[in-house]
Amino acid sequence: MILRRPFFWIVLLIAAGFIYAPLRANNVSLREDLILIAIAIILASNLNLMIGYTGYVNFGHIVFYGLGGYVGLYLTTVRSWNLVLSALVAGLAVSLCAFLFGLAILRLRGAYFALATIGILQAVQAFVSNFDPWGRSTGMYLSFQSYQPLGGARRALWITYFLIIAVMALSMILSLAIKNSKFGLGLFAIREDEDAAVVLGVNATVYKAIIYSVSAFLPAIAGALMFYKNGMIDPSIAFEYMLSLEGIVMLMLGGQGSVIGAALGGTLYERLRSYLLTSPVLSNFHLVIAGGLLLLVVLFAPGGLTGWLYRLLPRARKVIE
Amino acid sequence: MIDGLLVGAVYGLAAMGLSLIWGVMDVINLTHGAMIALGMFCMYLLFAATHINAYVLLLPTIGAGLVIGLVVYWMAVHWVVGRSMLMSLLSTFAVNMMVIGIGTAVWSTSPYNVNFVLPGITIGAYTFTGNHIAAAISAVVIALALQFFLYRTRTGKAIRAVADNREAAELMGISSTAVLSIAFAIGIALAGTSGALVSTLFPFTILSGSVYQLKSFVVTILAGLGKPFGALVAGVLLGLLEGAVTPFIAVSWIPLIEFGLFVGVLVAFPQGIFGKRAAT
Repeated sequence: MILRRPFFWIVLLIAAGFIYAPLRANNVSLREDLILIAIAIILASNLNLMIGYTGYVNFGHIVFYGLGGYVGLYLTTVRSWNLVLSALVAGLAVSLCAFLFGLAILRLRGAYFALATIGILQAVQAFVSNFDPWGRSTGMYLSFQSYQPLGGARRALWITYFLIIAVMALSMILSLAIKNSKFGLGLFAIREDEDAAVVLGVNATVYKAIIYSVSAFLPAIAGALMFYKNGMIDPSIAFEYMLSLEGIVMLMLGGQGSVIGAALGGTLYERLRSYLLTSPVLSNFHLVIAGGLLLLVVLFAPGGLTGWLYRLLPRARKVIE
Repeated sequence: MIDGLLVGAVYGLAAMGLSLIWGVMDVINLTHGAMIALGMFCMYLLFAATHINAYVLLLPTIGAGLVIGLVVYWMAVHWVVGRSMLMSLLSTFAVNMMVIGIGTAVWSTSPYNVNFVLPGITIGAYTFTGNHIAAAISAVVIALALQFFLYRTRTGKAIRAVADNREAAELMGISSTAVLSIAFAIGIALAGTSGALVSTLFPFTILSGSVYQLKSFVVTILAGLGKPFGALVAGVLLGLLEGAVTPFIAVSWIPLIEFGLFVGVLVAFPQGIFGKRAAT
């Protein structure tokens, strides 16, 4: 049972810390920092389901986040739906979309799949930039009225923050649950040797399509919440190719295939990026440093931080997953 | 239409570099876009310094591309050849980030252009700008030179042998490391050259490379892997397509068509449209 895994409780503790720290001091700037970390963790964790568990590189993971943001913002502003409901609907709609895409492109393997995900990202971005109801390339703005049902902007932002933290905790728990399930074992088998897995009775096509759409669900919800919080969306922000790729860097840094690795990588990378972007000397070079870091990790420590930790402390594997 | 055809030759040249590297060493070179952008800036700097015919400056650009290609190969690619696809994607992507990062710091992301105009040719009611024609001719000449190199010279044959079967080539006494580094350098030089050609046609920024990288992917997939000449043909087709649809729909829809086509072809013909036929 998942309740018996120590890591489950660690996740809850982390989430509680995320909620408690900014609330206690009523510190909005801390909250904004934490929200970026939470988004990074959500993206990296769900990307991990594809890259770390199944061994399929998804370069266009951000497409789910952006689409979720669009659907969410459309429902909350134009249809004036309740936030939670629209975020859920956004998640489901995007998952369904991903399932359909997945059935088509998951017949491809390895590099071809990776390229197809870039194609999907670009095609969706091009489509949204031309889609009238979603404001074409200028995007959509949230009217201030939309914050009213949640009791004004100030409260609405806090509520959104708690929801995002909840999604973050869910992302990690979802990763953990999949890792410890039969479904997860099937995914690992596909990662190691897809043909062998098929021979042994893993229905690879269905497994891959399911995990592809599962990995879309929480990022889409996070996108809906995040863009609701920001109050605006446009295609270049929603489908930022760079962010998609940075998700991969986070994952590699922390260690692919490991739940805490994705979270750790997300946190560290996000902190590093904020530091570099705000530092006057280094702000121009944040890409260079991130790239150099990624190169070093790929060449010398393919297991990332957790891989290194496991080698140092083999017993840590039991607690930290 | 004709303009599309001429620009398409340049797309084809860019894709040849990608296709060569992919076919020979099974590495998808994500530095491709950055190298195209570097080619643009190389041309810009050379032209600003010398003010001679921009198409003569292609030669030093090719040379610079070869050198940079070797550097990148030994820095990032050599260690991941033969490892899983993820690793080579990530290491080339890391180099891409570094190049773009440095480029952004040096040149910012504002547009530049190479201010060099050749006289156009007027046939009937149509006028073709000289730059488009010169760029297309240069692209075709370079493509032919590559074709000659791959099929008629010893090194070229070695590259094709390694692409077919690395172990067998090693047994025949071909040093695959040397061959791979040469092939990579040529691929990068092709990317840089096509960037230089593009810079004589359109204004560019350090980030424009990614557009052409994606077009190169589309072309490579259309052509099938490791078929440099097929890439040129597919590039011309893509250019024609762009030229042909522009009068009917808004330009902003073109990416959707291109990438829809890309994903569609990828799913329907994973070997490329010209792939099957060439294999038999």
